[in-house]
This record gives sequence, C-alpha cells and structure tokens, in this order.
Amino acid sequence: MSARLTEPVLRVDNLGVRFDTPRGAVNAVSGVSLTVGAGEVLGLVGESGSGKSVTLRALMRLLRRNATASGRVIWRGEDLLAAPERRLREVRGREIAMIFQEPMTALNPVLTIAQQIDESLVAHRNLDERARRARAVELLDLVGIPSASVRLDNYPHEFSGGMRQRAMIAIALAAEPSLLLADEPTTALDVTIQDQILKLLLGLVADLGMAMILVTHDLGVVAETCDRVCVMYAGRVVESGPVSAVFASPRHAYTHALLRSMPSGEAARQPLTPIQGQPPRLDRPIVGCAFAPRCAFVMDACRAATPPLMLVGEGREAACLAADRLAALETVA
Amino acid sequence: MNAVAASAPLLEVDDLGKSFTLRRTAWDGLRGRAAPVLRAVNGVSFAVERGRTLGIVGESGCGKSTLARCLVRLLEPDNGSVRFEGVDVLRLEGAERRAFNRRVQMVFQDPYGSLNPRLSVGDCLSEALVVHDLARGPAVARRVEELLDLVHLPRDAADRYPHEFSGGQRQRIGIARALAVEPSLIIADEPVSALDVSVQAQIVNLFLELQERLGLALVFITHDLRLVRHVSHDLAVMYLGRVLETGPTERIFSAPRHPYTQALLAAAPQMTPRRRSRDEAVRGELPSPVAPPPGCAFHPRCPIAQPICRERVPALEPRGGDWPVACHLAGSGAS
Ligand SMILES: Nc1ncnc2c1ncn2[C@@H]1O[C@H](COP(=O)(O)OP(=O)(O)OP(=O)(O)O)[C@@H](O)[C@H]1O
Ligand SMILES: Nc1ncnc2c1ncn2[C@@H]1O[C@H](COP(=O)(O)OP(=O)(O)OP(=O)(O)O)[C@@H](O)[C@H]1O
Ligand code: SF4
Ligand SMILES: [Mg+2]
Ligand SMILES: [Mg+2]
Repeated sequence: MSARLTEPVLRVDNLGVRFDTPRGAVNAVSGVSLTVGAGEVLGLVGESGSGKSVTLRALMRLLRRNATASGRVIWRGEDLLAAPERRLREVRGREIAMIFQEPMTALNPVLTIAQQIDESLVAHRNLDERARRARAVELLDLVGIPSASVRLDNYPHEFSGGMRQRAMIAIALAAEPSLLLADEPTTALDVTIQDQILKLLLGLVADLGMAMILVTHDLGVVAETCDRVCVMYAGRVVESGPVSAVFASPRHAYTHALLRSMPSGEAARQPLTPIQGQPPRLDRPIVGCAFAPRCAFVMDACRAATPPLMLVGEGREAACLAADRLAALETVA
Repeated sequence: MNAVAASAPLLEVDDLGKSFTLRRTAWDGLRGRAAPVLRAVNGVSFAVERGRTLGIVGESGCGKSTLARCLVRLLEPDNGSVRFEGVDVLRLEGAERRAFNRRVQMVFQDPYGSLNPRLSVGDCLSEALVVHDLARGPAVARRVEELLDLVHLPRDAADRYPHEFSGGQRQRIGIARALAVEPSLIIADEPVSALDVSVQAQIVNLFLELQERLGLALVFITHDLRLVRHVSHDLAVMYLGRVLETGPTERIFSAPRHPYTQALLAAAPQMTPRRRSRDEAVRGELPSPVAPPPGCAFHPRCPIAQPICRERVPALEPRGGDWPVACHLAGSGAS
C-alpha cells in the first residue's frame, strides 16, 4: 500500500502515562511507540482498559490533571509533549482533530451544533459568515444528518445518540485536519449507519490524504477499514503490523486468542474459545509478560522479564516469546 | 399435557402489538393534536420450538426489548396473542400466571443493574427457589451449589456480593438466577453486549452448553450479526417494530430475501480483510418510529422500491420461497 512510501506524519516514541491516585500509581500506558502516515488508517485494538483512549488523549495532551505523560510525540518534526500550551491549542482541532468515545461529554451542551461547527471554522479557515454557514450545512449533510439546515440550530440534547456522534464527526472534520484521532466513532451506531460513517471517513482519507488512528473493539471494523493495526494489552503495544498479515497469522498469543474467541461464521453452534481469566491490575507492578497468567503458550521465560517487541516479519512486530510457535501453527492450519 | 400442547410450538406469537403514548408537547396541545403514539411492536408473529434458539436482530430502537418484555408480561401487549405450550398467556391470572413466570425467564443486558446489590449471590439464588417453593431447608443450599456449578462459578461465590464480580461473572449470576426456577424458555436481551469480546465467548458457550444439557429453548436478542449467526437455529429480522423476514438462520445468511436483510448483512463488517469499497450498503437515516414511513417502512432506504411499496404495508408471507418475508417484490426477481 502507498502508506509505506510516505513519511509518517506522526511518530510516537516510548509513550508512557501514569495516573496518580489515592490508591497509588496506575501505569495506564507504557512504552507505546507507533507511527501513522498521510492517507493511512491505523487501527488500535485491545481489551477494555488496555489504554487505547488514554493513548489518544495523551497525544493531544488532553489527560486529566493526575496524569503524567513521558516519551515523545513527534508531529511534523515537533514534540507535542514538550510544546507550549499555546502551540497545542493551534494543533488541536486544526491539524489534529479528535472524535471522543462519549459524544455527550465532548459536545458543549449550551451551544447549538451550528455554533460548535462555526467555532472550528472561524478558528481555522478564512471564510465569511455566509460561507461558514453554508459549509456547516454541507458538513452535517456529509455525515448524514437529514434536514441539515434545520438541525444545525438544535442543541446537542435534541439529537439522538447516533446523531450526536455524527455531529462530533462534522465538528472534527470542519477544519479538514491532517490527522484524525477517532475513539470508537461508530460504537453507539447501528450497523448500517456505522457502515455509512466508516465509508465517509475512508473517503476523506483517500481524497484528502488525511491520516487516521481508529480505536475500536470490533475486529471486523479493523479488517475492513485499517491498513495497519496495533494490538494493546495492559497498556502496551504487544503486536503491530499490516492488518491482513496480523489477522491471517498473529504472532502474539493475545492476538491469537482474541481472534479465536470470535465466532468465525463457519462452525455454527460449536463452543467458542474464550480467553480465561482477567487482565492484570495496572496499579501493581507487572513482572514478565502481562498476558502470561491467561496464556495458552506460556513458558517459564515469559514470567521472568517483559518480552521486548521484536521484528517478526515485514513491517511486523510482536512482544511474544511464542511468536515462532504461533507462526508455525498458522502455516499448518 | 393435552394433545394440542404437545404438538404446538413451545412459544407462539401472533400479531403482537405494543404502542407507547408519548407526552403531548405544548405545540401538540396548541394545535389540538392528540399525544403522539409510538408503535414499538407492530403485528409481530413467530414461533420458538422446544430446545431451539430463535435469534432476533435489528437496529437500535426497532422494538426488540419491548417485544421481549411483552413475552414475559413485564409489559402488557395491546393486541395479539402469546401462546406457551398452546395456552394463551395473556389471559393467565394468579397461580397460573406465576407458574408461567417461572417457566419463562429473562436475562438482561446489564449485568450490573439487574442484580440486587444488597443480596449475596447465595441469597439472591435461594430467594428465587423459596418464592417458587422449589426447595426447602438444607435442599436450598444444595441447589444453590448446583446452580453455581452449572454456570461455572466457584461455590464460595454464594457468600459474596455482586460488586465483587467482573461483568462476565455477574452475567453468570444473572443466568444462574434465571435457571434457579427450572425454566423451559430463556429470553436473553443482549446478554453479552456489555461484555468485552474475550468474555463474550464464555457466556455464549454457557448458553450453548445449558441448552444442550437442559433442553432449554432460547430467544437470543442481539444486534451482533456474527453472534446471532453462531448461536441461533432460526432468525427474525426486525425493522421499526415489524418482523421483515424470519426463517432458518444459515439459509437467511447465505441468501437473504428482504432488501433490508441484504443491506444489514452487507453492512456488517467481516473478519476477513477485504478490498475497501466506498459503496455504502444502504443510504439514509433510520426513520422516526413515531412517524414511520407509509407502506413498507423500509421504502425510503430501499434500492428497489416501487410505487406499491409507498402505498401498502407488505405482509409477512412466503412469497414463493421457503420462509416468509415482508417485501412486495420478494419472489418477483427484482431483488
Ligand atoms: N484519570 C484516571 N485516573 C486513574 N486511572 C485512569 C484514569 N483514566 C484512565 N485510567 C485507567 O487507565 C487504564 C486505561 O484506560 P483507557 O480508558 O485508555 O482504556 P481503553 O483501552 O480505552 O478501554 P475501553 O475499551 O473500555 O474504552 C484503565 O485501567 C483506566 O482505569
Ligand atoms: N416506556 C416507553 N415509553 C415510550 N417509548 C418507549 C418506551 N420503551 C421503548 N420505547 C420506544 O420504543 C421503541 C422500541 O424500543 P426498544 O427498547 O424495544 O428497542 P430495541 O430494539 O430494544 O433497541 P436497542 O437495540 O437500542 O436496545 C423505541 O423507539 C423506544 O424509544
Ligand atoms: S510472551 Fe509468553 S505469556 Fe506472553 S503471550 Fe507470548 S507466549 Fe504468552
Ligand atoms: Mg476507551
Ligand atoms: Mg433493547
């Protein structure tokens, strides 16, 4: 795919996020490195609580006060984690836009949808008032809100959950960002509507060369929309690579288990293969591979030290001591 | 059991309807308009056979939960009939109604909200046993252990409280409570939607296993098409309060007959990475259930709609195929 030819627009190096809580420190994200290029869609998947949302928020420095971020977030040659707050305000919403997991908390309840789209148009584009209004209607229309010119003057609470999600997307797209961070943008939506929104986002990626990081728990969505995928477990990226390669032959035991736990559409009414147990607590030190207690491939060495990410194929990395066994397994099957 | 009961399906639903009267807005009042009526379930018919699973799918707000609640009489339907072993359950009163309530149990989506936080798991399960007089004295504790075994929870779970369990474990408690009263039919409304993917598989397996061991019939409501395909023998597809297509799951998945079912299956993301297409499976917004489109409710989004679709509501009929479908053009070669 073209993605490999372009320089990454975003490069995240060794990102860490720690929350200080009354019960002690929570290491929500540790040693996360990733890149995304123009016109590329990177999927971020992983169990609930594995650090996907925290990672996205950390990129834009939108974490709560009790958080400390470390590492580097290189955006067009500049480290956003070290940049002054003034510079970040320029980046946010203009160069990098974000769609949040909970649209109601991200929309301003006392402003109409028109005012919120307008804020982002005023800040970032040279348009007069009439042109901005027209552009706002166009955007609402684009995300599939019917009678857009009427609905523009509604407040968020007058929209259904799905419409709020679309309004969020319209606001995010108003500035034509170079990078879109989308946290479960379609989770609250019905399948046919989800399909429409994803097709819309893919269109923008293809036409505008927008880059996108898409957080989702739906592996089907990853399969159909992403070029590459990063699989997170307990705050770390444990596997990354092109979606087709990772899905065809995962090299981390967690990815393997995750893929196998889903109904395949073939063996109807046969037992599925669940992942037993639970993810580890992040407020305790984790010794060795965090997946070891639940892992079917575990060896003594896995419990001794955290397995490092290693090259396991072209553009592929995995932090699993069973990577070779997994590779062999898939070729047999 | 009489002859009718033995041959009738376990559960038979005919022309079921349930409307909600919404609050009249000031505007409605000024214009002298009646309060708007929302037909959440409209002319729904289907049957569930013993030991089998009927999957019900459809997009948010299409009436799945309302239907489920009508089946167990948590809501009283406005019209239509629900027959359980041939007996009209909407007419049952007193002891007979309680007996029916025991035979048909419901499992809810939210494993957090559906358990009483102040009851230990053991008390929660024994309550059900005692209320229905299914066990007394020391037999109660034995049965509680049996139930915990059945849903693969440790026996010491009996002394603990719901908040001490994970989502998947809480859903097991909910299932154990439903099983406590030895039902013949369980109606599960999105039982795994609130759970992480890796945990969903455990609960799905539990349902499959229990069905095998206890001969349970199951109504499995979900919006997850991969899941419904995996668990159900038969399928009913709902749209705006109506069933548009119902039949054997595998056959519907391989050759959907209703244009909406076709769109739904096309829109559902597949697990195999495929070439990206920019064509949407179907255009347009879900219409408002308060003012559904006339004729076939799907017509504004339907790629093959004809004038008749705007005028007449299509009945759910076989239309030249092996299972019923509510589309004027089904069997005409147009789809
Ligand atoms: N402000 C905070 N203080 C303490 N811990 C936090 C805070 N915010 C997040 N966490 C913890 O960080 C971890 C990662 O959370 P995050 O929201 O990134 O998960 P996620 O992968 O997005 O999960 P989901 O799929 O459920 O959205 C969780 O264990 C969470 O409890
Ligand atoms: N008590 C009520 N009063 C008024 N309207 C209601 C009531 N309960 C449900 N509705 C409406 O009836 C319709 C069907 O709702 P229902 O909850 O049955 O849908 P559903 O298919 O279960 O949706 P979901 O997939 O989101 O759970 C919706 O439009 C809903 O807003
Ligand atoms: S490193 Fe070891 S424990 Fe961790 S996933 Fe791989 S095999 Fe399992
Ligand atoms: Mg999240
Ligand atoms: Mg529901």
